[in-house]
Amino acid sequence: MKAVIGHRLFWPAAVLVVMLLANVVVTPGFFSIQVRNGHLYGSLIDILLLGSPLMLVALGMTVVIATGGIDLSVGAVVAISGALACYLISGQEDQGAVSGVLVAVALALVLSAVLGFWNGLFVARVGIQPIIATLILMVAGRGVAQLITSGKNINVNSPPYKLIGGGYWLTLPFAVIVVAVVVALTGLAVRRTALGMLLEAIGGNAEASRLVGIRSRRLIVLAYTFCGLCAGIAGLMISSNIATADGNNAGLWMELDAILAVVIGGTALTGGRFTLAGTVLGALVIQTLSTTIYTTGIPPQVTLVFKAVVVAIVCLIQSPAFRAKVFRRRARPAAPPPASPAAADVEVNA
Amino acid sequence: MPGAVLEMIGVSKGFPGVRALADVDFQLFPGEIHALMGENGAGKSTLIKVLTGVHAADAGEVRLGGERVSVTGPQHAQTLGISTVYQEVNLCPNLTVAENVFIGREPSKAGAIRWREIRRRAAELLTRFHVDVDPGARLGTCSLAIQQLVAIVRAVDISAKVLILDEPTSSLDRDEVEQLFTVMRRLRDDGVAILFVSHFLEQVYEVSDRMTVLRNGRLVGEYRTAELSRIDLVGHMTGRTLSTLEQLHVRDETARVQAEPILKAQGVGRRGAIAPFDLEIHPGEVVGLAGLLGSGRTEAARLMFGADVADSGTITLGGKPVPLRGPNAAIDHGVAFCPENRKSEGLIEDLTVGENIVLALQAANGWLRPLSQARRQELVGRYISALRINPADPDMPARNLSGGNQQKVLLARWLITQPKLLILDEPTRGIDVGAKAEIQKLVVSLAEDGVAVLFVSAELEEVLRISHKIEVLRDRRLITEIGNTGTVTPEGILEIIANGTTP
Repeated sequence: MKAVIGHRLFWPAAVLVVMLLANVVVTPGFFSIQVRNGHLYGSLIDILLLGSPLMLVALGMTVVIATGGIDLSVGAVVAISGALACYLISGQEDQGAVSGVLVAVALALVLSAVLGFWNGLFVARVGIQPIIATLILMVAGRGVAQLITSGKNINVNSPPYKLIGGGYWLTLPFAVIVVAVVVALTGLAVRRTALGMLLEAIGGNAEASRLVGIRSRRLIVLAYTFCGLCAGIAGLMISSNIATADGNNAGLWMELDAILAVVIGGTALTGGRFTLAGTVLGALVIQTLSTTIYTTGIPPQVTLVFKAVVVAIVCLIQSPAFRAKVFRRRARPAAPPPASPAAADVEVNA
Repeated sequence: MPGAVLEMIGVSKGFPGVRALADVDFQLFPGEIHALMGENGAGKSTLIKVLTGVHAADAGEVRLGGERVSVTGPQHAQTLGISTVYQEVNLCPNLTVAENVFIGREPSKAGAIRWREIRRRAAELLTRFHVDVDPGARLGTCSLAIQQLVAIVRAVDISAKVLILDEPTSSLDRDEVEQLFTVMRRLRDDGVAILFVSHFLEQVYEVSDRMTVLRNGRLVGEYRTAELSRIDLVGHMTGRTLSTLEQLHVRDETARVQAEPILKAQGVGRRGAIAPFDLEIHPGEVVGLAGLLGSGRTEAARLMFGADVADSGTITLGGKPVPLRGPNAAIDHGVAFCPENRKSEGLIEDLTVGENIVLALQAANGWLRPLSQARRQELVGRYISALRINPADPDMPARNLSGGNQQKVLLARWLITQPKLLILDEPTRGIDVGAKAEIQKLVVSLAEDGVAVLFVSAELEEVLRISHKIEVLRDRRLITEIGNTGTVTPEGILEIIANGTTP
């Protein structure tokens, strides 16, 4: 039992389970999943589908935060990526042509990666604080997105493009499959190579990492590039889902949700140890919360307050310092304090 | 002589496992500059912290102007008339000089700060102390010396009875030190009692009137500077006199391999850190760097690894000149470096013991070529048992290890890479006797296997026990090189350090 509670993923997982159970109480059919036209339908599937862009953005954010940095520009990159893809597709004679869509998607992703690379250069080469370096693109990026769309929403009517964010494949939403693949590949890349350990070393102690010979700059640039790429994929999903590039609103404030997802997942903002699985759980917690607000019919005027209260509680539960304070005080006479952060660190995370 | 402005009588202070101050008496008179001397860990900082109320004394009393006081904190000390200026200036670099002088006690009228008044009074104060700086300049744009002086002006203006200067000169150059001393003398003539802590013997002799020497938390004595020779002072600080000779294990000179030097430094130096020096290290040779704290030991070692970048001279590694713009070039040539500050520059506390051990090798391999799980376990296991790292759990977070075991982890990290030159900066500081002996033995056996070792230590016995030759440093300058022929004694080295010349 202690090993379970001590696991670093215990608290994010527990929060998610509690939220899902709360939904079942209010909406009895919440867990039911049906097959219609060969597609899976249900609230759980909706959560996965709607949470896909956030999971991706948070995934990239995790890697950046592990290095001790932060990327505020992901929301803007989401907008730029969607805008460029839709702009390119809308300019084609046959919007339904697969080759044209592939080219548009590839260019949008390349641009996203370049934008991430740009952030990385500012942070690692020029030495600007990450929050400032990425703030530049956060502010300017939305302007770039509007420039691409000439300030209008670009509607596309392209079945192949629609697949990315709204289509199904093998009974599952295509976006969910994409997320699963990206998460799996990232997990392999950071844990099967030495990348994860080196990133954690940089975030854990930058000076010690320098003196041990880690070429931090390259790795930091790589992390930001990856983060840009993830945001780019998320941007494609969002614009594909609504078949529109909205330079103003696509990905708005998404950077904050992504940071929140990372923190709920158990990765410290100070850098160092990170967990991709935790981030995925964190993103699902946030998406479940949004879904809960809709399905339980909470009046619109209180949704933001409700969300804020739940997020505050989740963050407190996730904070080892807070848990230590509250639980130790209660548990001291009877049992030793549960879930010390040291015990959580011992767990080998995949 | 007038009565002491500040007196400590029988003050003791202990920390878990350490007796930092034991029954120390101390007197400070108005109108004197009093130097507080002692080696690392002698209790100087603790004494100052008791005086300023950061620590409460376990026993004894502090008297100010003859009356017993119990200082509750730095703020309280300041209201009592005891001000402290530390090595790192605790002011705000983003504010102006004048604002810094008055921060926290701004003259105001009806809630509004009187800026003109602040500037006028700051200008007056600065002129009075001959500090040549525009009161409207941002503090961060001023030199470190000016920042120190501004801190002093501020401290003196708040309360002018006792001024404590903790290592104020360690990052200043010669002219700046002179400027500081001028201000100190002026304050002394105004009747301020100044307590001065410095590791630079020459500066202490230049500016102080009297000195109190501490050793291992105990009072050794109180002396008039003019009546105490440098050699006696060093003797008091280190606890040995020239008459007490110790029989030391003499290293076998023939074991030394005479070959092409692994590292050759010619005129390598860095402004403000260490004057240009020459040095050769051969395979299988242990070279010791000896000197007091602040003598430039660490600075010299860091330059040879590229941890800091030299601004003059050339370093030749394995016969080829290699520009060291960072650690990577040195690492590529088989140089390894365990820094002085284990926690902040060596260990990555978040990572496990095993990860810390493989980190250097993995960094050299690059992230795309990870060590296989089996190879990693084999390497980590081998070094954990060879160095007897305890507990022998590779998956434990490194932060949970004791100091000695953390040091062994850092050694293992570099030994895995099979370095040709190992630079060890204070590898045995703050670790227990057993681990210390193990590390010394390890160094000797590494040298027998042909590894060159540059060994920095504050403990002369240790340097003598394992080094083939010893570089003596003083006041950020390498003053001489002596072969460890068996006739060299710690006292002999101390004499060189004290006099600045070979005997």
